[in-house]
Amino acid sequence: MARLGFGRGQLKDPRLPPGQYDTGSSFPVLTAEVSPRLTAQDWSFRVDGLVDTARTWDWEAAHRLQADTWNGDIHCVTSWSKLGTSFGGVSLDTFLAEAGVKPEATHVVAWSHSGYTTNLPLAEVTGGRAWVVWEHEGKPLPHEHGGPARLLVPNLYFWKSAKWIGGIRLLDHDEPGFWEQRGYHELGDPWLEQRYTGD
Amino acid sequence: MTDGLPPLPSLPGLDLPPLPTLGPVSRQVPPSGARRRWLPAEVTAIRDETATARTFRLRIRGEAPDRHVPGQHYDVRLTAPDGSTAQRSYSIASAPDRADEVELTVELIPDGEVSPFLHEEIGVGDRVELRGPFGGWFVWRGDTPALLLGGGSGVVPLMAMRRFWHDSGERVPLRLLVSVRRPEDLYYRGEYGSETTVIHTRQAPPGDPRPAGRLSADDLRPLLTGGQIAYVCGSAGFSEHASQLLVSLGMPAADVRIERFGPG
Repeated sequence: MARLGFGRGQLKDPRLPPGQYDTGSSFPVLTAEVSPRLTAQDWSFRVDGLVDTARTWDWEAAHRLQADTWNGDIHCVTSWSKLGTSFGGVSLDTFLAEAGVKPEATHVVAWSHSGYTTNLPLAEVTGGRAWVVWEHEGKPLPHEHGGPARLLVPNLYFWKSAKWIGGIRLLDHDEPGFWEQRGYHELGDPWLEQRYTGD
Repeated sequence: MTDGLPPLPSLPGLDLPPLPTLGPVSRQVPPSGARRRWLPAEVTAIRDETATARTFRLRIRGEAPDRHVPGQHYDVRLTAPDGSTAQRSYSIASAPDRADEVELTVELIPDGEVSPFLHEEIGVGDRVELRGPFGGWFVWRGDTPALLLGGGSGVVPLMAMRRFWHDSGERVPLRLLVSVRRPEDLYYRGEYGSETTVIHTRQAPPGDPRPAGRLSADDLRPLLTGGQIAYVCGSAGFSEHASQLLVSLGMPAADVRIERFGPG
């Protein structure tokens, strides 16, 4: 076997989950579908399903909610991580509090204006673990990264952080989303390397 | 193409609007749901495609994985003597003629961690680990007319489709467009037929009636025959530009599938 040249003997950053590398200042763009031509004026965010009152916020209404920022690391299933980055928007807890979550709700399906879907346990997106974000590094979220607004669920691989977020539907059961129906893991915890079905 | 996977969310008793969808699922999750294991694979041949791209033929040892579907990828894992590992996803370039042999074409990323090792250190007879095949969206089973648009190294999974199409008798219409900066950047030279159009964005070859320039609607219009599924693979910029052109020419967004791998 030839000499192994990767790794370069550097100590791995403890913020990197197994199998991940630091992409540095770049922010790769991965997408499966045609990007919707979505402006802030066209954008809306809906919470429905097992809630007391289904609610829809447009751009202005969403911006009247309590603003929040998040700083930390994000991880893509294709093995890059972006460390020490920041996003600004509104906590999903804030939207859910306004809609009122019914006790039987256990899961959500997040959906995009593009038609993309991804499923998440409710416990993974509540308690300060998920946001609807429209700023990245203090600037408007670029279109290719899901602007005007995307979901941010930094504890999970980034395919769960649906771009061009259109809403979440609360369910009393789990229903696989776009990638989960196509061989990717139901949950997607980077620290457990839950990349593919069965991992 | 659908195969009985779960419908999008529904809640009996609640009148909820249907959610948008990107379209039918064309691949079933492995029935067992079982974790796919890392398999040892031996490099049996290496071929230069360009000055910065090499194709590795790999023979998978031990249990045979599923035969891949054109468009899928394998994960490759390398382990250093100290036990540290690195893994990357690489598109399969070969037709699915065998389950235990695949070809992966790897572009050299000069400041990358894995691709320089594959380019400079790996030789015939060396072993790596493979896991796969993966991917259930950017796949083509040979049963629908296809329009394949590849930018640079994005041609790799499209070549698996083109090879499969050719090997299985060219039963449905297929068109392939490859966009490269310069003639020397073209992968798989000499293997294309009349189904393929090569466009050059920076420097056209002598005598090419098309001046060098970015992919345009005029390039695409003659390739649109209706009823096609489009597969677009390349950089973020190429994928965005090409897919928006297709939609502007009337192709439904739901018929456009895009794939872009991360760098490295």
